[in-house]
Amino acid sequence: MHELSICQALIGQVEDLARDNQAVAVRTIWLKVGPLSGAEIPLLEHAYPLAAAGTVAESAELFIEPMAVRVRCKICGVESEASANRLLCGECGNYHTELVSGDEMILTRVEFDT
Amino acid sequence: MCDTCGCNVTHGNAHLVTDNGKLARTEDGKSAITVLKNLLTENDHQAAHNRQHFDQQSILAINLMSSPGAGKTALLEATIDALGDEFSIAVIEGDLETENDAQRIRDKGVPALQITTGSACHLDAHMVHDALHHMDLKGIDILFIENVGNLVCPASFDLGQHRNITLLSVTEGDDKPAKYPVMFRAADLVLLTKSDLLDVLDDFVPEKAEKYLRQLASEASVLQLAARRNIDIDSWLDWLRNEVKDQRKRVEKKLTLRPAIQPEGSILQGDHSHDHHHAHIHTHSKSHSHT
Repeated sequence: MHELSICQALIGQVEDLARDNQAVAVRTIWLKVGPLSGAEIPLLEHAYPLAAAGTVAESAELFIEPMAVRVRCKICGVESEASANRLLCGECGNYHTELVSGDEMILTRVEFDT
Repeated sequence: MCDTCGCNVTHGNAHLVTDNGKLARTEDGKSAITVLKNLLTENDHQAAHNRQHFDQQSILAINLMSSPGAGKTALLEATIDALGDEFSIAVIEGDLETENDAQRIRDKGVPALQITTGSACHLDAHMVHDALHHMDLKGIDILFIENVGNLVCPASFDLGQHRNITLLSVTEGDDKPAKYPVMFRAADLVLLTKSDLLDVLDDFVPEKAEKYLRQLASEASVLQLAARRNIDIDSWLDWLRNEVKDQRKRVEKKLTLRPAIQPEGSILQGDHSHDHHHAHIHTHSKSHSHT
């Protein structure tokens, strides 16, 4: 359940943003999370209210955009969709690929009242 | 140890996100800010500091991860027996409770510090940093950080190590790399432990474990060994000797190394740069696709 640690880190960042911008309340928070980040989106959604309680983000809505797993083949150069535990090239099947997306765990946007 | 870089000033002041420009005003009067910041930025920042400490003292730091009972402590015991005269070794032990593992290491004459995490399922960079304050790292060649036994959470937290090693005991399933891709993707080296039991276990095929690992686009070496019986540990010891050599070369050239899989944060903000003022203001658009 490291999602709670992650949400606590998120709230820390959001609190800093709110303070630096003299916000009175945080309205919405947007994240991008990929399956290879190690964080589960439903667990983040469950943990978030616990971490946000009593903070400036207490009543904020959390939107999490799931990111697809995509790889680029180092052999044939083709970019293709993959699954978290099969990061093979969709074109030639080689395992020498690099991840293009799928390991994100990013705070992308915050909206607040000032 | 912090008198050189001043990192103990406070980690709370490490995340200066938004001191640039004025806020964009949205149509409905709200303010919006675009951030693009890794959620574990603060941890990654602390990890970079830890790594800096290790590099300054020419220490190779290795993070050992596995499920509980895969043989991390046994591997350390065998390694200390074999290399104790060659290298100066120190160990940080992560467990939910007890000093047992640290005591096993101390019984071998090696300094060990136990971090008991309570209910926390992983070590993070701050816990390791606190532990470093209680250790004398002078003259240490290799610092092993034995993470909490868990194939999920530890993979997400950079501790400042140079290398990740994931242990998979042959009493587990050979499809573990497919079941725990985040963990096995993070490995620079995979050790198949308790290999002396392969004779009596007909359901673990080392080649299959390696096949599943390759399907994660991993080029990490896979070695088999049985630490408690000192079987086939030479390749592991040679790997370690090479890593110590490589670390010393890097230190001479003032270079550092992160484990094979870099957290997203490093891509966004770079290591050691202290330049993470990435927040910038965008005008609010109502047609976002995040819902």
